[in-house]
Formats: sequence, C-alpha cells, structure tokens
Amino acid sequence: MSSTVEAPAPRQPLKKKDLTADHPTWCPGCGDFAVLASFYRFLEKAQIPHEKIVVLAGIGCSSRFPYFVNSHSGHFIHGRSIPFASGVSLSRDDLHVFVFGGDGDGFSIGGNHLFHGARKNINLTYVIMDNSVYGLTKKQTSPTSPIGFKTKTDPTGAFDRPVNPMKALLASGATFIARSHAAQVNHMVDMYERAYAHKGFSVIEILSECVEFYPGAFDAAVPRKGGKFVEVQLKKGDGTPDDAQRHDPSDADAAFRLANLEAPGVYGVFYQVNPPSKNELEAQLVAKSRERVKHAAHIDVLRGTFARMR
Amino acid sequence: MVSPTSSTATPEGGAPSVEKLKDAVIRLAGNSQDGIQTIGGFLARLAGRSDQDVMTYMTIPSTISGGPSIFQVRMGSGEVLSAGDQADFLVAFYQHSYESHISFLREGGVLIYDTDHVKPNLDDKRFVHCGVAITGLTIEACGGAAKDKGKNMFVLGLLARLFSLKVDKLRALITERFGTKDGDVLRNAFLAFDAGYAYTVEGLLKRYYAFEDPVRPNACPQVTMDGNQAIAYGLIAAGCRYGAAYPITPWSSIMEILRTELPKYGGTFVQCEDELAAVSLALGAAYAGHLSMTGSSGPGLSLKMEALGWAVMAEMPLVVVNIQRGGPSTGLPTNVEQSDLMQAIYGSHGDAPRVVVAPQNVEDCFYLTMDACRIAKEYSVPVIILSDQALSSRIEAFDEPDLEKIMVKPVLDLSPRGEDFKPYPLDRMTRHAPPGTPMKGAYPTVTGLEHDEGGHPTGNPALHMKMTAKRRDKLRQLAATLPVPEVCGDQDGDVLLVGWGSTWGPIREAVKRGQAAGQKIAHLHLRHIHPLPNGLEPIFARYRQVFVVEVNDEGLYGFGQLATLLRARYALNKIRSITKTDGLTYRVREILEGVRRLSGEQTSTFSLYPGA
Ligand SMILES: Cc1ncc(C[n+]2csc(CCOP(=O)(O)OP(=O)(O)O)c2C)c(N)n1
Ligand code: SF4
Ligand SMILES: [Mg+2]
Repeated sequence: MSSTVEAPAPRQPLKKKDLTADHPTWCPGCGDFAVLASFYRFLEKAQIPHEKIVVLAGIGCSSRFPYFVNSHSGHFIHGRSIPFASGVSLSRDDLHVFVFGGDGDGFSIGGNHLFHGARKNINLTYVIMDNSVYGLTKKQTSPTSPIGFKTKTDPTGAFDRPVNPMKALLASGATFIARSHAAQVNHMVDMYERAYAHKGFSVIEILSECVEFYPGAFDAAVPRKGGKFVEVQLKKGDGTPDDAQRHDPSDADAAFRLANLEAPGVYGVFYQVNPPSKNELEAQLVAKSRERVKHAAHIDVLRGTFARMR
Repeated sequence: MVSPTSSTATPEGGAPSVEKLKDAVIRLAGNSQDGIQTIGGFLARLAGRSDQDVMTYMTIPSTISGGPSIFQVRMGSGEVLSAGDQADFLVAFYQHSYESHISFLREGGVLIYDTDHVKPNLDDKRFVHCGVAITGLTIEACGGAAKDKGKNMFVLGLLARLFSLKVDKLRALITERFGTKDGDVLRNAFLAFDAGYAYTVEGLLKRYYAFEDPVRPNACPQVTMDGNQAIAYGLIAAGCRYGAAYPITPWSSIMEILRTELPKYGGTFVQCEDELAAVSLALGAAYAGHLSMTGSSGPGLSLKMEALGWAVMAEMPLVVVNIQRGGPSTGLPTNVEQSDLMQAIYGSHGDAPRVVVAPQNVEDCFYLTMDACRIAKEYSVPVIILSDQALSSRIEAFDEPDLEKIMVKPVLDLSPRGEDFKPYPLDRMTRHAPPGTPMKGAYPTVTGLEHDEGGHPTGNPALHMKMTAKRRDKLRQLAATLPVPEVCGDQDGDVLLVGWGSTWGPIREAVKRGQAAGQKIAHLHLRHIHPLPNGLEPIFARYRQVFVVEVNDEGLYGFGQLATLLRARYALNKIRSITKTDGLTYRVREILEGVRRLSGEQTSTFSLYPGA
C-alpha cells in the first residue's frame, strides 16, 4: 500500500526546477531539447499546478518526453498515445492532457487514431515533433520524409509522396491547428498557451531537427542560417485595410491555402473553431441519463434494472 | 426429458387429460425474422418468474437478412443443466425447419408444424403430428395487416394453452415488451396470442401438459438474462464505470448495454475506431485511476495484444472481456468455440503474465466478472474474462443478486502520497498514484519500458530479472488465495472430467447420467484458469483417468488447449482430451461417447458406458 500523508504545505510558485526530471537522453543539439525547454517556460508562465496536468507519449525519441517532465506522466506504446490520452481526458475533466510524439508515431502507425481523436474533438493538446525521419530506430523513411531523402530503407532516396502534416490535420477535423519551429522558443510558448486555452482537440506541429539523422532539415526557416521564419498574421478585427490581408483562423479554405505554401511555409495558428468537445457532449449525456434515473443511488439504478428482468 | 418422470393425471369428466412434466425441451425452428427468439425469450422469462429452472440455446445466422434460426428452451421444475440433447416438442415454421430438425425430436415427441408451409411425413409413426395453419390463422386474427409478423405471438399462445402456462404472467411480459411501442403493436400481439391460445388442439393431441410445481428452497425472486447481460451488469455491480470497444459479434451486445447504462451511473463508454484504440483508451481510463474495461471477440482480442503487454509491464488494472467464437480469422462468427485460451494466456510478446478466468454459466457470468474486477484492482493486472458465443446468447434464470451485500462503490484515490512513494516497489504490490495526486516526492511515470522501482527506464539485467519475477509472483500469490473447485460426482474412481467455461452444464449432466449407469465418474470445473488454483494435484491423484472436455481442436499432439496446459503443469500422462470443432455446444451424449472412446482405448476390460 502506498503511504498517505498530510496535504503538502501551501504552494510555492512553480519554477523550472520543480518541473525538470530525468536528464534528457537526446543527442546533444537535438531539436527536442528546445521543445522541452519551451514547455517548461510555458508551464512556469501559466503557473499550472502539477495536479492539473498529465504528460503522455507514444514511442520514439520525441516520445521520451514524459521522463523529462516532473509531472504525472505515462509512456505508452507506439502510435496509440491519442486513444490512451483520450481515456484520461474523457474520464478526468479536472486534468489538462498533453501528448507528445513524433511524425512516425502520429502520421504513420497512429494515423488512424489521430484522425478519430481529432474528429471527436477530445479535449487535449497534442504536440507532434516532426523531424521527417525515424530517429529512435536510426534513420528509416518517415511519412513526412521528402522525396529524394536518403534513408536506410530508401538508400537511393525516398519516392513515396510525403504527408503534408497541416493538410492532414485540417482534413482530420482537429479544432485547433498550429505550426511552430524548434528554433523559435517564444513562438512555441505562444502556441502552447493558445492550445492550452482551447477547448477541444488542439494540435501543434513543431519542426524539430534530428541532428543525428537529418541535420539541416528545417534550416530554410532558421534566419540564423539564412532562412526565413514567417509568422501567420491573425486578423485583429480592427477594420484597417491591413486587417483584410490577415488570416481568419476559422476559415478552412484559407487555412488550406497556408498549408499549401512551398517549404518552409508559415508558422502560427492555421485554424481554430469551437464546436463542443466530446468531453462536453459526454457530460451532457451523463447529466441527461442521471436525470432520467432521478439521480438515484447507483445501487437503486441497478436494482431497478433487475426488477425489470424478473 | 419428459418420459421417465412424467405421469398422467386422471382425466376429469371427458376433458383431455393433463400430463405433468418435470421438464420439457421445446425447439422452435424457423427463420430469424420470424421472431422465434422472442417466443423463446418470453418462455424463458416466464419460467424465471415462475421459479422454474430454465436454459435456452440459440443459433443465429450470421447474415442479417435472416436465414434458418432456432431457439431451444428447456424449462423444468428441477435443476436444468443443459439445453437438452433431444427435443420433446418441435415447432417447425417451414419445410426446411422440419427437415433439418426432425432428427432432434425424440421418439414419441410432438411435432407442431405450420400446415401452410410444411408437409411432414405423416407415415412416420415415431412422432405425434400436430398440424396448425399458423400463417393463415395469424393473418385472420390480425386482419392481414400484420402479414406473417404475428406468427410468433400466435405460437406463444398455442404453447401457453398446450403447457397450461400462466397466462396472466405472460400477458404482463408481453405488455412490458411491446407496451412502449405504438398501440397497434401491442394490440396485434395480443390478437395473435389470443387466437393461438383459443385454438383447440384437442382433435390432434390426446392431452395437455403442465409443469410440476417447482421445489425451490427459500425462493428469492429470479432474474432472467443472457450471459452477455450478466457480464455487463456484473461490471456495473463491481464498480466499473469506464470502458471502450469496437463492435464485433458476439461481443457487441455488452458494449451496447454499457453505452446506454454507464451514463446512468455517471460513467462513459466509448465506441472507438478499432480495437487497438479501444484497449488503449480503456487503459487511459485505468491510468486515470478508474476501474476500466474493454472487450471483443477473437479477431479483436488479437488486436489488443500489444497494449495488453503494456498493461502487464506497467502493472495497470484492466478487465478484458472476450466472447469466443469459431476461429481462426473471421472464422465462424456466430458459432461457439473455446479456442482463444492460449491467446488469452500467452498472446502478447514477452513474458507477460496476466489473469484469465472463464464463467461456467449465466449466473457465473455475473459473479465471476465481479471477481475479475476485484482481482484486477488487488493485483494491479489485466484480467481476461473468456466467455463464448453459446453463453452470450443463452438465457438462464438465477436468484436475484443481493446488491446490498455485493455492490462495489467506485473510488478514485487521489490522496496525497508520501516521499517514499514508488510506482513499482519490489517488496509490495503496485498501487498507482493516478494523475492529480499530490506527491511529496517525484511525480511518477508509468511505462512499458523495463524500469526500476521509481519507473525510470533501465536495461539492467538484475532489475529485469527482479521485475519479471515480481510480475509473475503476484499471480502465484493470487493462486494461493483461489478456492479449490469442488468435485461433483464420485470423490474417487475411474474418470475425472475437467472442463472450463460454458461446458459446465453438459459435463455435469453427463456425470449424473454416467453415475446413474454405474460409472465411477466425477466433474471438476475450472473457473480460474491462469493462474490455476493450488491443490489440484491431490484431486487428479484420486482418479485413474483425467479427461479434459473442450470445444476446440486436439491440435498437433492430440490435446486441446486446456489439456495441453494441464499436462505441462502437472506432467500427468493420464490427462487426455475430449474435443470437438463443430461450432455447437456439447451434447451430453457426445461427452459420454468421448469418455467411452478414451476409456476403451486405455483399458480394454473396462466399460464406462454400459449399454451405449
Ligand atoms: C509496434 C511497434 N513497431 C515498431 C516499433 C519501433 N519503433 C519505435 S519508434 C519508431 C519510429 C519513431 O519515429 P518517430 O515517431 O518519427 O519518432 P522520432 O524517434 O523520430 O522522434 C519505430 C518504428 C515499436 N516500438 N513498436
Ligand atoms: S536521433 Fe535524432 S531525434 Fe533522436 S535524439 Fe538524436 S537527434 Fe534527436
Ligand atoms: Mg520522427
């Protein structure tokens, strides 16, 4: 039995040191470090207590995330983190569920789950750390590997057409879709904050370089390396002529146009709408069902059922 | 069966005599769209309400649009153990029903047939023929509007008269069933029922029948349900409020019930995109601190295997229901087989010990499901419940459970944990701290990677050995607490029949019949299969032969799946197999034939089945 003790003393504001756990096992220079650092920064800024979050993942380098955050966390199996997280979310409305994973975990083995978790609008935040390669298994082709990329499973260069992550996410029915880059810590923090505030299925695709197997993959968006990091300008509703040029995140067609831009594309919130989440709809079903049984004690509900089976 | 125990009452004033029955097997044969399941269901529930014992047997076609279908009801005033090898009464709706099922009617049995559709061989004097224009009379009664929809109600009326059934109780059941639909449905049902009841079979049959008054000690009300309902309500009684699944026959009815029922208890059941998602979602709810479940049938269980391995590694409690059907692959979706045992025990990769239990009848579907829930929580382990297609659709009546005594309240334990908390302690049982729990020390990670006591990944050989042993030893601890099953029949002797799952009734009846014929024979039924309870060796030692009766294949080496396990576990050559793969439940006769065959092989001087 676990020992129980008195409740902890009044809470001190969360600091980074409260949030760090095992030292990350990633290769030095891996983009995932920055994704983690910006997550700490976001949690610190938002002052979300430990008891309100849970960090989950599938399998992959990126999916090692839970070990590196001092919070309730779970390391599940390859590709199934979304249904696992859905089970947590749908049964525990008091928690905010964060899910981390790679491009293979999300778009290949877990593709079907991503699609259904998104269309059901389950309340959680999913961060896909896209390095366009299989890192953990050491350089095989991933569903986002570009044509021509040489891997151990495509030594002469990949020729299957890659998934366009943003288009796939838009088609999935996700209700908050954003894109960021591991070289942009402030931008990532901003995206975390917006995703966290969203009710429903929020997903952030973060380009995160695998320095070991795909170095330089996303340099085209790194100003320091001569690239361009272009942010999506969201409408402000200020009626200015400039505003007409800005992006309306509830406009799916406009979002698809952004998704269709040539690499390195743009970064920010592509899409956001607010239909009810599955969490809300299930809660309504429970409320109606409880009403129908006149809020009876559980034992009496079952007794009533048995009485009808006599 | 009727004949040995029935007696004819004295006829009164020329009225047809009434024969008292101890029990009767009635087989209804038609097409699935005729609603014969409805007749069967009414009869079963009536028996339950009349404190009679009842068991049903149903075959359903796997095509939705219908096809030949049967429903067999065995009602009796004593203990009813099987749905019956032979029918005493056969109701044939069509020529094909007659042709396929007349061989099931015992000699002297009564054939009731629809003269509008069936031309029986009236020269066959083995049977009593009773032709009734079921179709025509139903149309007449309901004014033609109902077409042949009311035939089942007409037949129910006919049977009510024939068996002197309690009409007021039947009418109440019909009202409960159809009363919520629009008025016409209920009115037509009664029109057809009354026409059937009023029909005089006196010209055709010499007598009416009535069941003997049941002798039930301290009768408490009985509930009548099928095995799948019993599992669903067992889960609710045990405090399970969360689940997820994907539809598949014959599992689906459980998820349909839970989807409707759980919200009444504040819970949620999710229909997922596939079984991989279903088991994962259920595990998410378990990790979140709830008692949670998933379920499926054969193909779906296969898909859940990787995640079940995670549950073993992460030591996550989970209840998994598997309603076995004929396999492999899509196999025989609407037939029975007990061929998922090895997959349930060993189906995941790696050394992944988990618990497997198998309910023996409908009542046990309720209680063993509750026990599975208890075990999952106490040992922080996945528990697989192996039921099967036969149990899923079989209707039985049993004493209404005393909920006051057994109902379990769901608890979500988020009490703060101390500095010394470890998710995977080596010296005690794992008790997870669900998310939301305030922690004094580090926050825990649950994981499918091999780990140390704190949940940190490790490849350390010594730790892998220790953790593997921990996951195995907790099942040994469980085994030590399991009750040794009772042996029914001779307490020592020639043959011990060992069974598991839905074969309980037929095996028990086989033993009774064998004993009546002078055999020294007994029955041991295993409900907890992995781990096995301790203390079986001394039982096996008391018998010269141990025959394991299963509905699966004898395999490459001549042994069914449980027999293989028992031989490996006890290294006894005398353990052998009686198996079959026809997709149907065992008939008592088949078991006795198996006993005779195996005994004959082993001991030439010894006949276990005299006169067969
Ligand atoms: C069922 C299953 N199949 C395959 C694997 C092996 N595997 C582990 S991670 C991985 C791919 C990881 O790629 P990605 O999801 O992009 O994560 P990254 O390592 O690049 O962060 C594979 C194929 C596994 N663990 N489980
Ligand atoms: S292999 Fe690539 S993705 Fe994995 S830790 Fe190293 S750099 Fe990061
Ligand atoms: Mg990757």
